[in-house]
Amino acid sequence: MVERDRSAQAYWSANLRIITGCLIVWVIVSLGFGVVLAPWLNNFHIAGYPLGFFFAHQGAIYTFIILIFFYAWRMNRLDREFDVDEI
Amino acid sequence: MELQTLSLIVVGITFLIYIAIAIWAKAGSTSEFYVAGKGVHPIANGMATAADWMSAASFISMAGIIAFLGFTGGAYLMGWTGGYVLMALLLAPYLRKFGKFTVPQFIGDRFYSTGARTLAVICLLLISITYVIGQMRGVGIAFANILNLSVELGLLVGMAIVFVYAVLGGMKGITYTQIAQYVIMIFAYTLPAIFISLQLTGWVLPQIGLGATLKGEDTYLLEALNQTVNDLGFGDYTEPRGMSMLNMFLLTISLMIGTAGLPHVIVRFFTVPKMSDARSSAGWALIFIALLYTVAPAVAAMALWNFVNTVQPGEVGTEEGTLAYEEMPGWMDRWAATGLLIFEDKNGDGRVQYYNENNEEFVRNVAEPAGWMGNEVVKIDNDIMVLANPEIAGLPNWVIAIVAAGGIAAALSTAAGLLLAISSAISHDLLKGIFMPSISPQAELLAARIAMAGAILLAGYLGLNPPGFAAQVVALAFGLAAASLFPALMMGIFSKTINKEGAIAGMLVGVISTSIYIFLYNGWFFIPGTNVLPNSPEGWILGVSPLGFGVIGAILNFATAFLVSRATVAPPAHIQELVESVRVPRGASGPVSDH
Repeated sequence: MVERDRSAQAYWSANLRIITGCLIVWVIVSLGFGVVLAPWLNNFHIAGYPLGFFFAHQGAIYTFIILIFFYAWRMNRLDREFDVDEI
Repeated sequence: MELQTLSLIVVGITFLIYIAIAIWAKAGSTSEFYVAGKGVHPIANGMATAADWMSAASFISMAGIIAFLGFTGGAYLMGWTGGYVLMALLLAPYLRKFGKFTVPQFIGDRFYSTGARTLAVICLLLISITYVIGQMRGVGIAFANILNLSVELGLLVGMAIVFVYAVLGGMKGITYTQIAQYVIMIFAYTLPAIFISLQLTGWVLPQIGLGATLKGEDTYLLEALNQTVNDLGFGDYTEPRGMSMLNMFLLTISLMIGTAGLPHVIVRFFTVPKMSDARSSAGWALIFIALLYTVAPAVAAMALWNFVNTVQPGEVGTEEGTLAYEEMPGWMDRWAATGLLIFEDKNGDGRVQYYNENNEEFVRNVAEPAGWMGNEVVKIDNDIMVLANPEIAGLPNWVIAIVAAGGIAAALSTAAGLLLAISSAISHDLLKGIFMPSISPQAELLAARIAMAGAILLAGYLGLNPPGFAAQVVALAFGLAAASLFPALMMGIFSKTINKEGAIAGMLVGVISTSIYIFLYNGWFFIPGTNVLPNSPEGWILGVSPLGFGVIGAILNFATAFLVSRATVAPPAHIQELVESVRVPRGASGPVSDH
């Protein structure tokens, strides 16, 4: 019982760490690159896109998709590691 | 074939598809009615979620909003997609594991309180009813402006269609019609965009076209667009303008949190078989949403480019540089007739002058010397940037017909999702959960159908007699979702110490503070003239726009819940166990009944 609790706790802290990591990237690409840093990033270009504008209108969205699928994949692995995946 | 006939045929075919699905996907139990029996494949649910989420506003209005805001419009693009990251990481999997039918039900169980559940129902109804008004208007607008039929007729037909599949099929019927509606919607949106991108840049993908050079030239589209709008005094398209950096920041994060807190979207993730499916399904939803949301900024920039170059074909400040009224292209004439585009020859020179009349420097240096007496494009409705696209690109009539069907699909799919959230809150949370706990499943299913029929009538009534404040109310819906439901749900999962008193106090503070801040600037209950402060950057407290207040309401909610919980009795032991159980996938309540 105690061991199961400890494992449940470890599973949850691992999950929280993964969430925190993902949310840091989430904030950086949107509120960082797409808003606060955008005027400065606009000095750089990808093809015709000023970089800050690119993040605000395109790049942040692509990153969001990658983040969700990364999280889903990482959690499936974590579920198996801790043997809590659905059967 | 004549445009109207063709459009009616295309729209009629889509309606037949929806009805066929309704007959095939009839709901036989409360589980099927509320959560489609929890048997929807994650990719199918992703597609349905995309249709559920992308409303008439996303389809018809968003590109126009972005066109006139430029870079700053990115707040909407990032806000309305970034919310899915929060949904996938913080809410959807755990609420799916909880395994019940509605959002208020989780709040009621987790905070062991009928009061909390009732408060959640009130928030849900406020959010969803304000939101559904816009959808019913969207159906009417598509009918009126594309099919040349009356708004009233459009609304009644739309209501009848939703009635058939939502009352018969509940969530099951709605899910499969939403999938069909997504396909129609995305086809209708991207097809004209692809053609416009090809014409302007030679690239098939509008996302690449937006960053490419103009066809046959060395200049990038965005560079040329910056030059063009700058010449007319509007400022660079790709640089911040129209909103302070602080407000763009707050608006973006408020829309993200608000999106994650919308009950009609959350409940879609109750329909997948497993907790892990809820995670991946959110990713699929965002892929399907991104197919439209990454095309929208291209539509915005390209449609603006076409528009400005039509009214200002030559050098700014010269007479021959402007467009003569009599040489106006057919599509401008046609849209001027609908009132979505209004011209006024202020200086009586028979030519259109389109410029930023609020830019004093431009007025002094360019407009006045040229004899311009004001901006003559008095109104360009946001909707025109999408609706007029096929005509601007010179596409055949059948494309226009498909755009009409797409706009109607966008409005109907979102309306149906909202109506389900409203009716299940009434039949499952209020009736079954609070007033008649002993009601039989068969009677509850009947009650759910009656509630759905009632919700459709209410939505139709509000669509026909829209309150004057319909447009502002959407800001309220997102603000409330951000300040009430999102924090309550998140704390319910991520904290074991937040108790009943804390959650209720938090929701109340969130809802009341957000409503008051919006009312201060828009009038009490949106009654014109009753606003306390002017709704302008000078009047905003610390420069915070009411649009971006949601995140502050959410912070107040979190803080209140935390402080009140510390000062009151900790939640009972079985609540700790409930929280433990929603955090792990194993032991999931699969496709089962309610209790």
